[in-house]
Amino acid sequence: MLPILGRTLILLALLTASAGAIVGFATGLKPSPSGWRWTRILAYAFAACMLLASLTMEYALLTHDFSVGYVAHVGSRSVPTWVSIVSLWSSLEGSILFWGLVLGIYIAAATSRNANKYPEYMPYAVGVWLACGAFFSFLLAGPAQPFATVLKPPLDGPGPNALLQNHYLMVIHPPFLYSGYVGMTIPFGLACAALLVGRLGNDFIRPLRNFLLLSWIFLTIAIVLGGWWAYEVLGWGGYWAWDPVENASFLPWLTATAAVHSALLVERKGVLKGWTVILVLATYLLTILGTFMTRSGVFNSVHSFSQSAIGPTILVFLAAALLFSLVLLALRIDRLSPEGRLETGPSRDLFFLIQNLLLVLFTFTVLLGTVFPLVVEAVKGVQMSVGRPYFDKMSVPIGVALLFVMGVGPALPWGRASAQQLRRAWLLPLGTAAVLLAAGLTLGVRNPWTLLALFFGGFTAHVTLSEMFLPVRQRMRAHQEGFFEAFRQAQSRGQRRLGAYVAHFGAILIITAIAVSSTMGISKEVQLKPGESATLGAYELTFAGVEQVVEPHRVSTRAHLDITKNGRSLGALYPSMNQYENQREPVGSPAVHTSLTEDLYLSVHNIDSERDGLLALVNPMVCWIWIATAIIALGGLLALVPSLRGSTAAARIPDSAPAVIQGAKG
Amino acid sequence: MSATATADLRRTRWFAVCAIAVAVAAFVVIAASGIGENLVYYWGPKELRAAGNKATGATIRLGGQVAVGSVKRGDGVSNLEFDVTDGTATVHVISRGVPPQLFRDRVGVVVEGTMAKDGNFESHRLMVSHDNKYRAPGDKNVDIKELMRSTEGLEEAPAAVAKVVP
Repeated sequence: MLPILGRTLILLALLTASAGAIVGFATGLKPSPSGWRWTRILAYAFAACMLLASLTMEYALLTHDFSVGYVAHVGSRSVPTWVSIVSLWSSLEGSILFWGLVLGIYIAAATSRNANKYPEYMPYAVGVWLACGAFFSFLLAGPAQPFATVLKPPLDGPGPNALLQNHYLMVIHPPFLYSGYVGMTIPFGLACAALLVGRLGNDFIRPLRNFLLLSWIFLTIAIVLGGWWAYEVLGWGGYWAWDPVENASFLPWLTATAAVHSALLVERKGVLKGWTVILVLATYLLTILGTFMTRSGVFNSVHSFSQSAIGPTILVFLAAALLFSLVLLALRIDRLSPEGRLETGPSRDLFFLIQNLLLVLFTFTVLLGTVFPLVVEAVKGVQMSVGRPYFDKMSVPIGVALLFVMGVGPALPWGRASAQQLRRAWLLPLGTAAVLLAAGLTLGVRNPWTLLALFFGGFTAHVTLSEMFLPVRQRMRAHQEGFFEAFRQAQSRGQRRLGAYVAHFGAILIITAIAVSSTMGISKEVQLKPGESATLGAYELTFAGVEQVVEPHRVSTRAHLDITKNGRSLGALYPSMNQYENQREPVGSPAVHTSLTEDLYLSVHNIDSERDGLLALVNPMVCWIWIATAIIALGGLLALVPSLRGSTAAARIPDSAPAVIQGAKG
Repeated sequence: MSATATADLRRTRWFAVCAIAVAVAAFVVIAASGIGENLVYYWGPKELRAAGNKATGATIRLGGQVAVGSVKRGDGVSNLEFDVTDGTATVHVISRGVPPQLFRDRVGVVVEGTMAKDGNFESHRLMVSHDNKYRAPGDKNVDIKELMRSTEGLEEAPAAVAKVVP
């Protein structure tokens, strides 16, 4: 029963999306109110079909209806209810269905928000979104069929991959990732519409920027959650390994970050329109490339939980989207003529450009390292991978340069700066930079890149904070207001600006934390017998023995280790090996003792009653990566909310060029 | 705009274009050399033996099966020795570090490291295949690609990898 219902809904989604795409494009070419009404109805119908299909699947998962192919594949009666719910995105077919659901929600939201605005653009935009929707419906109808009928339903299923059951982060990471990835479809459609119409005005950049920023926030959180999951579950002690699947999420993030910044120049000065459109198109293409890389099994990766035959189909879609984008750009990009002029001298404008170029270089570097092995294997048949040192070597200088640019840009005024302005704006931040550098040297930092990151981090943090509180100080002086009143007023008037600096502050923190944690850690492999201890830095680990914990769906064999730091007891840690029901191999679960300065990280390699083989690490500053991400997300939200309300005050906040100098003085 | 200002602007543009061209060229050279120095090759015992001296020094991932009865465990965390075989050729591996839980005879393994001059493979990472479907090879060749793919932890690089100088 359920398989037929599900398949019907998927076919309806395919039908409405294809029809909506055609009607949308036709209405774009020859505008008519009824055409636009039908485009919207079909868009909502597509969203409804995807929602109902996903609900049908959830119902099947919760009721353990093994006649549904996907449930027979990932469901199990022995798993807790929450695992059954999140099984929707634990394997290939379900995750494509989830993709369709998120896409449907985005399309419905973006259509209803702009139903009465931008009449020239919107039919094209909805047409492009629904064309993308039609492709994913097609995947669900054919190559990645979740609602296949199982003729002889089994009594029980295997349950999802043990690694996915092993940690709660796997519940929240995929929804964020999909919200970020799929959300990029909306700016893509809007950018295509701008090209098709042949104009990108000051008004139309706003919905584009809003949806770009929203997806960017989700993607930022998702990438870090992925790293956090790897850290808490995989047990090798780190959070980022330049794995192809990690790179797949990082690549569109880089271009999206560049686009969020260049969109500001489009809005403010009417320049870089074509460039921004290119970045937005590239972002979407990179999300599809990422989907291909993660879903086709062309890479050896810890994260590729689902491999199947949909690779070629996605590749065809990628090629079609690439061709469509290139043709559109070739035909129309010259129509997006600038309305203003970019300053060429030392100015904030220039550093926006440099920042954009750095991010694009970064994208190329990561793309090259990720795709290179595929190309070599295709051409020469030699199997290889690009080692992590390549990525580290390339990304560290770019990251430090970005940190530098993030500080120097905002320290400069819009337009041309005089030499005197420059000197004054740089003097105090350089002081803070020197202080942080000295602090690093005293604490024993010797790696030159880490020292450089601390130096620029200090400079940029000073500039960012003084810019953040600049309007507050101006108000306090001009209106004789107290700090909190001035902050409230300044915040409500310039929330986008505040949000940008909050996000920058988070970015400084995260780059510094990554620099410190990746160069200042210690690690050791030890093998202990019961009663023996090992020392690691200031820590002493004593192996008290092995314990077994039996839960309904798994059996944990855990090592009991008593921990002291500088002689003071920190309690016990229990890194474990978990054996799941229906799974042959055990899965390790590391144990982490977190503090604001450093983490003690213990991971079991092998364990029996006589000995415990352990990997032990001290990772400094790691928890600041998670805190910084929350700050970045908060900054993004602060910058997003006023524009969602339709307020435009933020973009018109008076130029702060002279005020910077005052600020530096005061 | 006066003629001199226009000429100025033109000259600035030329400088900008040249500077960007030089920067991009430098970047491409650095990236290309960076990739060249950091390639990791995937080989089986037969290919490794066939390559002879050419294999010495490069970073290699060697995939195969742990030969029956070849495992020698030393004391503590170091000095693990075993043979990796694909049914036709065998390579002696000297490994540092704690072996994973599933390490035993006949299991599919991937070791990362370098070929030493004495013909032993010195490994700094030992990973065990996690694939339920993986079958220990008889006299057939190991399907290296399948083995690499099914070996959990391949792409995660612990600190040890950073220390390898090819």
